[in-house]
Amino acid sequence: MSLAYALRRCGLMVYTLLVVSIIVFGVTQILPADAAVVLLGENATPEQLAALRDRLGLNDPAWQQYARWLGGVLTGDFGISVRTGQPVLPTILDALSRSLLLALLSIGFMLVIAVPLGIAAATRRGQLGDIAFGIVSYVGVSLPEFVTATLIILLLADTFKLLPATGYVPLGEDFVAGLKHLVLPVVTVSLIMVAHVSRMIRSELVDALHSDYVRAARMKGLPETRVVYGHALRNALLPTITIVALDVGYVLGGIIVVEEIFAIPGIGRQIIIAIQSRDLLMIQAGALTLATTYAVMNFLADLAYAVVDKRIQYE
Amino acid sequence: MSEVLARLVRSPQGAIGLGIVSLVGIAVVAGPWLAPHDPNAISILARYKPPGGQYLLGTDQLGRDLLSRLLHGAQSTVIMAAIATLCGTVMGALIGTTSAYVGGRTDDAVMRTIDAVMAIPSLLMSLLVVSMLGRSQANAVLAIAIAFTPGMARITRSVALAVRKQDYVSAAIARGEGTAYIVMGEMVPNVVAPIIVEMTIRVAFSVMLFATLSFLGLGAQPPTPEWGLMVSEARKFMHLSTWMILWPCCAIALVAIGFNLLGDGLRDALNPRT
Repeated sequence: MSLAYALRRCGLMVYTLLVVSIIVFGVTQILPADAAVVLLGENATPEQLAALRDRLGLNDPAWQQYARWLGGVLTGDFGISVRTGQPVLPTILDALSRSLLLALLSIGFMLVIAVPLGIAAATRRGQLGDIAFGIVSYVGVSLPEFVTATLIILLLADTFKLLPATGYVPLGEDFVAGLKHLVLPVVTVSLIMVAHVSRMIRSELVDALHSDYVRAARMKGLPETRVVYGHALRNALLPTITIVALDVGYVLGGIIVVEEIFAIPGIGRQIIIAIQSRDLLMIQAGALTLATTYAVMNFLADLAYAVVDKRIQYE
Repeated sequence: MSEVLARLVRSPQGAIGLGIVSLVGIAVVAGPWLAPHDPNAISILARYKPPGGQYLLGTDQLGRDLLSRLLHGAQSTVIMAAIATLCGTVMGALIGTTSAYVGGRTDDAVMRTIDAVMAIPSLLMSLLVVSMLGRSQANAVLAIAIAFTPGMARITRSVALAVRKQDYVSAAIARGEGTAYIVMGEMVPNVVAPIIVEMTIRVAFSVMLFATLSFLGLGAQPPTPEWGLMVSEARKFMHLSTWMILWPCCAIALVAIGFNLLGDGLRDALNPRT
């Protein structure tokens, strides 16, 4: 991978973030709530509303408001939350750190399980283990997080009383209790991803094992492990990198529901609360933060892709 | 076409998938006639009934028949999800194929913008759109379609890009055919197969997404017997009756499994190489 490719890709990430900021700002602009009414309540007089709109610059053209908002965002000023009266940025960063912990633990847990599972199923194609894997993974991808979460709470937290059903304890405060509270959410988030990613690895690997270069490698007399790990897996992992990168977006979406159900004060929960209370600046900041996290992950995935497949940079 | 169908039915996953999807289809079309009770009839004396007797699957916190609610809910859940997927697929396929055909800077610009839109997770995108347009079933469908469009465009493009390099496309260009003909006449038919596979699997996602929106209170509104909404309502009474929560969960899972199986069966049937 050349430096030029990395730089070009970095530039594209900046473009991505710019487009995202326009979408996020645009969408929240069309929200049916009037920011001034939200701030002052339904009983405010028209004069009060007009004065506030004037002070907040709500009468300016949309692009001027956008430029002002973006300028603030770039200098770390996301504004003041309508709901709490506190600055938005510290709240968001606090929530993000909790969400990232949940997301990273889930992705790590998922990879440790999904990759060997996919390989094992593909190399035993059609055998009993592969069929059992197929059935379990079908059920796995077919359950939305809220169903998985509810069933897990029903089973582990209520029936066996093993783990706390909801709530959050910071790891720094009480490490063991914090970890216990994270187990069920992490299992929920990773479960569907395990099914999705291992299924993808299996199907790509099955395809690769039927290709001409694998046949050639076998005819050359290479040992089967070399054929699978050296030739087929390398090609099978290419699409998988993209899928994992896409799944990060899915995780970031999924934690919205999981945080809501398990009552974890992360960024997803913050966004839902903000949407319910029409807290415009908080919605914007939350959505932008999630999207930025995803864009950075995607950028890293593309770099990894270029390292694995040398053809990429010439296209 | 009939050859594909024959191959589909011959594989176990294709046959089971087709079976489940057909059953779901029957529930969607004939659900209201098959339902033994009125889905919204409240019966205070028959609350939290376990399965059996007059109520085949039991009753909920208001004594409403769960089987009847599930059968009626099939329409609100499955049809909405299918419509959303179809809209998202058509929009995405058009964008993806055209972009791959045009190529060059335009393709680059379109794809970067698509990447940017995809940096917003589909659930968040749907949440934003629904909260912008107001909570309702129709808005949830639109939100899911919008959320699916960039993903479908990206997948279509990657398939179309491979097709674009084929000799028959070069031949059409050499013959001097117009862009519209080459995209619609030469490229779309050849990218359709993988797209149908992806679309079938996406119906499963769409059912899940739609149920999730309803679960969060942003999709179907009570007393609609939508499955996600049923789970959300049942959560409060989890300790009184497990059945209320279990059945709609199973229904969502069954539909999603059915479409996933059908999609995979179709993939194998359309691509006999593997």
